[in-house]
Amino acid sequence: MTKIHVTSEINGDEVEFLTEPNVSLLNALRDEVGLTGVKEGCGTGDCGACSVLLNDELNAACLVFAPEADGAEILTVEGLSDGDHLHPLQQCFLEGAALQCGICTPGFLVAAKALLDKNPDPTETEIRYALAGNLCRCTGYDKIIRAVQDAAAQMQEA
Amino acid sequence: MALAEDTNPMQGFKWVGSRPIRPDGFDKVTGRAKFGADLVLPGMLTGAVLRSPHAHAEIVSIDTSDAEAMPGVKSVVTGADFPEPYGKPAEQDVQRNVMAREKALYEGHVIAAVAALTREQARAALGAIKVTYKVLPHVMNVTEAMADSAVVIHDNMITKNVDPAPEAPSNVASRTVFDGGELDKGFAEADVVVEREFTTKPVHQGYIEPHAAVADTTPDGRSTVWCSSQGHFAMRTYTSNVLGWDASRLKVIPAEIGGGFGGKTVIYLEPLAVRLSQKAGRPVRIVMDRDEVFRASGPTSGASLRVKIGAKNDGTITAADVWMAFEAGAFAGSPVGAASMTALAPYKLENFKIEGFDVVVNKPKVAAYRAPGAPISSFGVESVLDEVATKVGMDPIDFRMHNAVEQGDTATYGPKFPVIGFKETLQAIKDHPNYTAELGPNQGRGVASGFWFNAGMNSTATVNINDDGTATVVTGSPDIGGSRASMALMAAEELGIDVVSIKPVVADTETVGFNDVTGGSRVTLATGAAVVEACRIIVADLKARAAKGWDIEADQVEWVDGRAQPIDGSQPAVSLAELAKNWGRTGGPISATYSHNARGVGAAFSTQVCDLEVDPDTGRVTVLRYLTAQDAGRAIHPSYVEGQLQGGVAQGIGWALNEEYIHNDDGVMENPGFLDYRIPVASDLPMIDTVIVEVPNPAHPYGVRGVGEVGIVPPLAAVANAVAAAADRRITDLPLSPVRILDAILNSED
Repeated sequence: MTKIHVTSEINGDEVEFLTEPNVSLLNALRDEVGLTGVKEGCGTGDCGACSVLLNDELNAACLVFAPEADGAEILTVEGLSDGDHLHPLQQCFLEGAALQCGICTPGFLVAAKALLDKNPDPTETEIRYALAGNLCRCTGYDKIIRAVQDAAAQMQEA
Repeated sequence: MALAEDTNPMQGFKWVGSRPIRPDGFDKVTGRAKFGADLVLPGMLTGAVLRSPHAHAEIVSIDTSDAEAMPGVKSVVTGADFPEPYGKPAEQDVQRNVMAREKALYEGHVIAAVAALTREQARAALGAIKVTYKVLPHVMNVTEAMADSAVVIHDNMITKNVDPAPEAPSNVASRTVFDGGELDKGFAEADVVVEREFTTKPVHQGYIEPHAAVADTTPDGRSTVWCSSQGHFAMRTYTSNVLGWDASRLKVIPAEIGGGFGGKTVIYLEPLAVRLSQKAGRPVRIVMDRDEVFRASGPTSGASLRVKIGAKNDGTITAADVWMAFEAGAFAGSPVGAASMTALAPYKLENFKIEGFDVVVNKPKVAAYRAPGAPISSFGVESVLDEVATKVGMDPIDFRMHNAVEQGDTATYGPKFPVIGFKETLQAIKDHPNYTAELGPNQGRGVASGFWFNAGMNSTATVNINDDGTATVVTGSPDIGGSRASMALMAAEELGIDVVSIKPVVADTETVGFNDVTGGSRVTLATGAAVVEACRIIVADLKARAAKGWDIEADQVEWVDGRAQPIDGSQPAVSLAELAKNWGRTGGPISATYSHNARGVGAAFSTQVCDLEVDPDTGRVTVLRYLTAQDAGRAIHPSYVEGQLQGGVAQGIGWALNEEYIHNDDGVMENPGFLDYRIPVASDLPMIDTVIVEVPNPAHPYGVRGVGEVGIVPPLAAVANAVAAAADRRITDLPLSPVRILDAILNSED
């Protein structure tokens, strides 16, 4: 099968890669670009572990064909921090013990950023529904919701 | 290191009880952490697994020749590539579960595996493997499997612990009984007797990370395996057993583990990856798809139960009779034994009988799931207790308090309880404002308690002091929920240095002494005790070195706040960092290892209260408030203790309300994905309130009890009792899905 040449802006850098047309963006990011912070939990768009921002919109990378990312801007968990300066969400997840095993954490961080980009001061219910596409089996969500509330408050003050 | 808010170390401790950022956290919030599927080796192939489409079938023939000839295919393995099953029955079961031999015993049972250059090539090759099956009748639940006319899955299965032993094979692997006193006498004394039957469905642990393994087998007949597991030493033992190898030929390196809950204490992919790699001469990575995780990896049992309990009008329980049959999946080994031991353990009982049956069915071999078996038996017992309490007119907490075990009482499973904190959990619930919060129409409150053991088992820890005054703490216990943070805190407490100066490491099978699996709520307790003891050896060494420098006896030196100082104050104190810097002149590097088979483990209790609302038009349940009180003995890192309590509750709520394996008439699973097998999402749950009760376990240096498991024991009954109160009718079959509740509302007799 002839490979397709894809150029995307990934985490602020122009990145080129080759992909077959039937490969998911998830597998291209992990296998071709080396961004293994994007996780596969289901491959069917039900768990949110592969959440990325595609042109500022929240997407499950497993449901996007890699060639669709040509010309797009992509943000993954690897692009959240500014050098060694963590994003407030990352800092609040750490301080609030909002992760246990950590496999779902990259997806939650990206989905939470998508929420706060659009709604900087969400209610608890709004956070719960915005993150309802991300599964966590360890925490019961309590500390995740609180960490997002804390990050929103910090970002409002800043 | 920034400390989170609410840093409030316990009295007498500097570090234990504080809430520092976990040492592995930075890698996990930046995408750096390497989980099972993240490892890439040069020349690595991708593996894929062919699985049985039938629930029960004889494998007549397998022809892999076309698959082997396909582009990119480098190796194919079938049962013929592994030794004939040998050894103990349980070992043979693992050998046959990893790779089917004469028969496929469940839909998803492994038939063959392929390694190819790409994922797509490997999958295409699976389609070219020709398998001829002779489909056999199947049995899918205990009622079918225990029927006289049932098809027998294993023709050599003679029920154990039945006297006289049956002559004919059946699907009942074994019977367990715990009893005491006289049941008839007990029920005769009762003013109130309630008897109910219950069923539960198999549910999956639901870890978000699918199973993954990478193997690199070299021409000298050795293999290095990277896997996401709850215990890489156990993976080495099991994998070498399936391969027929000496364990020392395998080196197993732990990846970060993306959730386990018991389901990653067993092997699936590792032996396949090793053999595929050996045949191909290249490294091989296999990662399960989510549907494979559901179809072929460890759910816990579905079960049928009958529970009969009698009590006097003053609330004293006089007798309890429990009958349980658990699905084991295709091989013996359901957790019915543990379910029997825990079923009535929270209560003082003279007259009781608990009879359990381990039953094979054509479903995946069950694996441990957080307090294995206890949530199921507790569901039946705590549901009936709720009705008994109502009938004798007692508050459910007061009723449990009246019958609760305490130190010195004999447990229904035999031993006497040591210091325990069960009554303290009951009181904590009663004292909490949630317990008296006002309820509206269609709302109900449910209470339940639960017991679970703590395991001890084998652990090794090595502590190395670095010449910059920091310490590396090396264990072999995979960290599934924050145990590196608790190891670091305990080491900081003992050594008297800042927790940021401690680097906890989970090392491979060739770098640290043996550690049993991370399971049984044992790691902070048993591996933690090994860390504490190793640190104490280090401190003794440091004191001796300082004493030598001062030309005094070591027993004239004390260790205070990370410093050695003469008890009489005759010399200025010398810090760990200074002692470390000068180690070359005082006896060489500073290192200690402590290994033990941990004894004196504690017992864990939890009491929970759930408030919920039932929508009478749809049957949908909304959980309004949830409170859990659990005895942690001593919380080393309270945030992660709370996290364990909350996580167990969330899983239990899912089990109670949504989760179930659904099979069609052909024995094929119809919901092998997260869309249709619905675990709770953020919008399904409220905040989960916690009370950490601390009744220290005297057998642990800091009083730790294991906290990982008991939190999942009460939710099934707490939710069911709340639904019964809200809907004014009791439903005894899980899950309490909207369909089931609505059906009960619409078809009720009253």
